[in-house]
Amino acid sequence: MSDKILYGYSAIFDKPDDIIKAAKTVAEHGYKKYDVNTPYPIHGMNNAMKLKPSKLGYISLIVGLSGALAAILTMWWMSAVDYPIVYGGKPFFSFPAYIPVVFEVTVLSASIATVLAMLFIFFKFPNNSHPLQGTEYLKKVSSDKYGIIILADDEKYNENEVKNLFQSLNASELEPIYWDNDEINHKHKIFEPKFILFLVVVAILNSGAVYFVYNKLLFMVPFNWMMEQERQNVQQKSLIFSDGFGMRTPVEGTIARGHLPYQFYGKPDLAGEKLINPIPVSKSSLKLGQEKYDTYCSPCHDYHGTGQSRLNGQFPNPPSLHSEKLRSWSDGRIFAVITEGQNVMPSYSTQLTEDERWAVINYIRVLQRAMNAKESDIK
Amino acid sequence: MSSETKIEYQKKEFSPKVKSVGLALLIFGIVLVIAGYFVSPARMTFNNIIGFTFLISIVIGSLFFVSIEYLAGAVWSTPFRRIAEFLTYGVYVLPFILIPILLNLHDVFHWTHPEVVNSDKILKEKAPYLNVNFFLIRILGFLLIWILFQRFITKNSEKQDFSKEQSLTTKNIKISAIFIPLFAITITFTAIDFLMSLEPHWFSTIFGVYYFSGTILASLATITIAVIYLNEHGYLVKGLSSDHYYSLGALMFAFTNFWAYIAFSQFLLIWYANLPEETFWFLQRWEGSWIAYSIGLIIIRFVIPYFGLLTQPSKMDPKRLKIMSIWILFAHFYDLYFLVMPNYSRSGVVFSWFELGFPMLIIGALILIFNELSKRKNLVAIGDPKLKRGIDFRL
Repeated sequence: MSDKILYGYSAIFDKPDDIIKAAKTVAEHGYKKYDVNTPYPIHGMNNAMKLKPSKLGYISLIVGLSGALAAILTMWWMSAVDYPIVYGGKPFFSFPAYIPVVFEVTVLSASIATVLAMLFIFFKFPNNSHPLQGTEYLKKVSSDKYGIIILADDEKYNENEVKNLFQSLNASELEPIYWDNDEINHKHKIFEPKFILFLVVVAILNSGAVYFVYNKLLFMVPFNWMMEQERQNVQQKSLIFSDGFGMRTPVEGTIARGHLPYQFYGKPDLAGEKLINPIPVSKSSLKLGQEKYDTYCSPCHDYHGTGQSRLNGQFPNPPSLHSEKLRSWSDGRIFAVITEGQNVMPSYSTQLTEDERWAVINYIRVLQRAMNAKESDIK
Repeated sequence: MSSETKIEYQKKEFSPKVKSVGLALLIFGIVLVIAGYFVSPARMTFNNIIGFTFLISIVIGSLFFVSIEYLAGAVWSTPFRRIAEFLTYGVYVLPFILIPILLNLHDVFHWTHPEVVNSDKILKEKAPYLNVNFFLIRILGFLLIWILFQRFITKNSEKQDFSKEQSLTTKNIKISAIFIPLFAITITFTAIDFLMSLEPHWFSTIFGVYYFSGTILASLATITIAVIYLNEHGYLVKGLSSDHYYSLGALMFAFTNFWAYIAFSQFLLIWYANLPEETFWFLQRWEGSWIAYSIGLIIIRFVIPYFGLLTQPSKMDPKRLKIMSIWILFAHFYDLYFLVMPNYSRSGVVFSWFELGFPMLIIGALILIFNELSKRKNLVAIGDPKLKRGIDFRL
């Protein structure tokens, strides 16, 4: 026993009232380093032990406020600076919308910081050993007894005085508690060079494996079977043709189906004379025409061709499709405008195929007829 | 420790100064109110509504506080529960403050004008609820409920001072269990009838909760002021500690946050949806000098009490807690003014002696009630079986 180093002197009490009285008396005698262990929190113990309020709250406050600030800055950067998009007609920097997020981030960061600070700063994690561990004393105070322990490194510590004090308080059991010799010389295994070396090796192996899988393994047989197929890819060198071009031009004198070259660039009036609408008016063609018209034309020309643009003000309004001029134009003339564009209107030759363009023209005729019906239509 | 605790309570007379202060406030308030009704009946009626809802907050909130204590089996508030019970006697003042409103309904509620309702489709649809007869039935029914439960609960509690029977506590627990849902309904519809229907086209489903949060704050603040004042002068049972103050302060802090949560929830949904039939209520409060007033509401009602009550010492120190309680009570008045007065003065904030009449009257009346009751009754529920544990209460 004598070779052991004393940790402190403990006393056990049977009633919660006694332990509060004991804590009070110990505090009044001027002991600074002592602790109370009870199976459950006892109301009034903070006062009895003259404990100062915990400093943990300041960490929560500071981290919580930083979280709030970080959330505001993030949202400001994302929604007002880096990628501004109008949502529901609100300003880019609309603070009311941020408040719920700021609130959540504040609570989250403050609570996580509180727990981590408690573990790492106040409980000195990763230290997980304590001289009380495994003692008879701790077993009792974690079931039905109330214990107090005065530490040996207290300035006023004197074994006999402490013993007398506890006896005068009617402690039911007294016991000195010693450091475990193993524990005194105990060093955290995680700081041992062996363990750190192990971590480094694992890190290198892991990153090496990841590099190997993503950059080498996936390009080996059979893992590359999905990627490497017997097919001519775009822009790829051809091994078949002597000129080495993978992308071929059409055979001279032929054209692809549905891709009749447009011959009237810059000559819309000529197109109006020469071109004839090859698509007969039918239910399916009108339906196609309406669909394409509503998609590509209506944003500017309006669903009814009146030219009252839905893009109010963001784009100049086009003239009405119901004017005398437009109604007297031939189908080919309108085809020229859709294909080449006119004034502000761009070309729609890439969005609409030739057949679709003709279908749109059929649909425009329907709109024109609806707005300017003939006498015979009304009858 | 509990075995050593003794209940040391000495009944003491209030100094005559209390009565004279209360009487002076009451008379001055009544004079201002009567003068106000002669000069500008419309403005005074709006003030009357503020006063009425303000008193309901203190009185019915206190009744809620008492019944929650019974229902939750709380002990920490038992040593000063009688203070809250005394405040509930203000329920007998409510009818007197209600009468002038009923006489001037047409000045404040435009749904009471049949010609307006007939030419307005929305008001016509709302007429089955918003009509004078049903309005009168509702408010009289509410008053009846409040008075009945106030009588039941305080009577049982006071009887216990002498009989010291546990069964009276059990009885009050049952009564409280019935009262709580009735409280929720009555306080919600009071808010709808007297505050929301000032602007009958507007609606907000969270409005009742909004008024409830302010109600609890006002009653807690009043109880705290009374407890600190009486305890400092030794009228209460010995042994009230900073832990009791801390609990009152923590509740006020919690409900300050609750108010902010509810008020912001109401604002956020209306702001986001941006529907004209809802936004105009906030836009009215964003015109002229009302902008400053609305921003002031956030600061006065939330920011200042929040930081004022954030730290532990601020809740434990009676002086600081008293200042914050008075502030919160003022903030509740400020809030009610924010809800009511934009309907009277669209262009900007108005404040003069008109607005002072009702607060003076109410505070004076409550002081007088306290003074009278303290002569006849104990200021501490000395017969309550929970009292000892309540004095022993430590955090």
